[in-house]
Amino acid sequence: MTTQDTKVEKEAAKLSRRDFLGLLGKGAACAGAVAGAGAALASAGGANKLGGVGPTYQQEDAQYAEARKNPPKIPNYNWTEHKWAFGVDTNRCIGCLRCVEACKMENSVQMDRNHTRTWVERYTYLEGSDHAHVDSIHDIKNVMPGSKETRFVFDNRYKDAKVTKSFFVPKLCNQCEKPSCVQVCPTGATYKTPDGPVLIDSKYCIGCQYCVQACPYGARSLNHERGTAEKCNWCYHRITKGLNPACVEVCPTGTRIFGDRTDPESPISQFIRNNRVNVLKPDMGNMPNVFYAGIDKEVL
Amino acid sequence: MSADVFHHIAPFVGFTYPNETEVPWSELIVIYPYITGLVAGAFVVSSLHHVFGMERFAPISRFALLASLCFMFFAPTPLLFHLGQPTRALNAVITPHWTSAMAAFGYVAGFYVCLLLLEVWFSFRADIVAMSKSRTGIMQKVYKALTLGSDDVSKSALAVDHKIARRLAMIGIPGACGLHGYVGFLFGSLKTREWWSSDLMPIIFLLSAVGSGVGLLIVLYVVTSWWRKKPTDNGVMEGLLYVLWTGIVVVVVIEALEMVQMIYKAREGVEGVFELIAGPIHLGMIIQWGGSFLALAITSIMMLAGTRGRALVFWLFISGLLMMVGVLAMRWNVVIGGQELSKTMRGLLTYHPEVIGRESLMVVATLFTAPFVTLYLAQKLLPTVWEHDAKAHH
Repeated sequence: MTTQDTKVEKEAAKLSRRDFLGLLGKGAACAGAVAGAGAALASAGGANKLGGVGPTYQQEDAQYAEARKNPPKIPNYNWTEHKWAFGVDTNRCIGCLRCVEACKMENSVQMDRNHTRTWVERYTYLEGSDHAHVDSIHDIKNVMPGSKETRFVFDNRYKDAKVTKSFFVPKLCNQCEKPSCVQVCPTGATYKTPDGPVLIDSKYCIGCQYCVQACPYGARSLNHERGTAEKCNWCYHRITKGLNPACVEVCPTGTRIFGDRTDPESPISQFIRNNRVNVLKPDMGNMPNVFYAGIDKEVL
Repeated sequence: MSADVFHHIAPFVGFTYPNETEVPWSELIVIYPYITGLVAGAFVVSSLHHVFGMERFAPISRFALLASLCFMFFAPTPLLFHLGQPTRALNAVITPHWTSAMAAFGYVAGFYVCLLLLEVWFSFRADIVAMSKSRTGIMQKVYKALTLGSDDVSKSALAVDHKIARRLAMIGIPGACGLHGYVGFLFGSLKTREWWSSDLMPIIFLLSAVGSGVGLLIVLYVVTSWWRKKPTDNGVMEGLLYVLWTGIVVVVVIEALEMVQMIYKAREGVEGVFELIAGPIHLGMIIQWGGSFLALAITSIMMLAGTRGRALVFWLFISGLLMMVGVLAMRWNVVIGGQELSKTMRGLLTYHPEVIGRESLMVVATLFTAPFVTLYLAQKLLPTVWEHDAKAHH
């Protein structure tokens, strides 16, 4: 949630019960619209290039070309005035994978299970085992049946096993303070912005994939249609307009938290202040900017 | 363009990150350090004569230099085929991002091509001048152009040529070491991959490069002599045996040290390394270590028995070939193997190369054939590379 969202929440708290019920109705209508959009996506255009249903990308080639030619201007945004950060409260995640699908639609990511900007890992301890079994969306069993690798759902493989502990861990680019990907990029096509996210100039990237090798978190991949590297940028086009990243927006449980660290009252500042947070692979020295609450020793 | 052109979706066991299921660096990145290594090895042999004055290598030193140049021409080509945007390749040279190890590649490779071109020119200038006078027709014009207008073949001018060629070769030795140590650094400096992240990587790459390059020269020398129906020079063969033996010994020891160190340190995830060796790269490991040990055994026996003549030619040829194959397998084990062990250290991928396509075995075979064809044409253009043939019977 951004600062604006917090203000909206405070306003909402003042509303009367009647107004509140009215809002709930609107919320339900919005949820219906989202579901409808998903259905429309699933039925649009028949079989795609990747063998799935619907278009390979939400964005058409012509739209992409236009966006490249006339990039949107961002009025009143000064990237030195913000310091974005991301929180993941793994205690809340239910593994619904709406974040993965929202990201793919919002950012025109390849729809197959082998290319993703964000994903969710499932850690499961079976009785008598010290180590967790881990799986994620690239496991063919977690592809929604009939969707041909465009939609995902965690399968029910442990239904007959004795599970002692299980939890989900959403992953995404850590937008590190010392990003290995930026260090190794031979052209400078990928760079660290002053407000935090690591971006890619896809007009300048040569597609050598050194960054893909260098990322300790497996957050990068190659976009085959464009021949350039691909990564999560916390929906930079949204956050610079005061919106939340798409994955944060759709998360039904509040697992994903986003905000500006320069604002002590922002959701992320509060999250970091009120929880004992950790980062992934701190020994790599990358200083990630995604903070996790409730992760286990097995989380990689 | 088909969406499948670049797809290398690898099957996996255990847990890997989803994006890892596509192996980023293919067999083209296996052949790139391999070709670069052959350049470095051939150059070292040429320098043994040019710089250190080891006369026994005189019959092949200029051939080794020419081979070095022909292979260097093609060293960057696998990278071009691999890039997602090959037309932007020069971005890395025009606006290099200096924190990247890869940014220096264009400069390092460019420098080395220039150095080799200059050394070849100074080494063959007198011959080019002679041919520009003896040949007729279009070839005369070609040789005339190649003299670059410098047709002075007086004794003092030749002495200057010789002096410059020697100095270039002297620069070339640290250059060759730097070029190949640098390739090792590209891999060794990546902290994300346990199989690559070793301080010994540049040294291993450099030494194995010398081993494979000497192997290549042995193979080339034996095959071209047989092709031209000329005897091989005993002194050269003995010298190459000594160099190859030394190369194999050092490579095997350093590589073994690296493995032992990794296993002994037993950092988190070392079980993954064991599974990698026993799993996806086990065949590669058998070829690498089998080839190296067999070559070591054969050359050691020949050193002890003082083998000479036809037996030396045959078994040295076999050893050279084994070393070339062993180092090629080592490149595969490093480049592909490193990516087959997941960054989670808890999963393994199995890479299956494509046979036909832009990133495929066919392209690799074509790119690896090209330097041999170029070398054939180069020795046609500069036939004096074989001027020592007549003296081979001493």
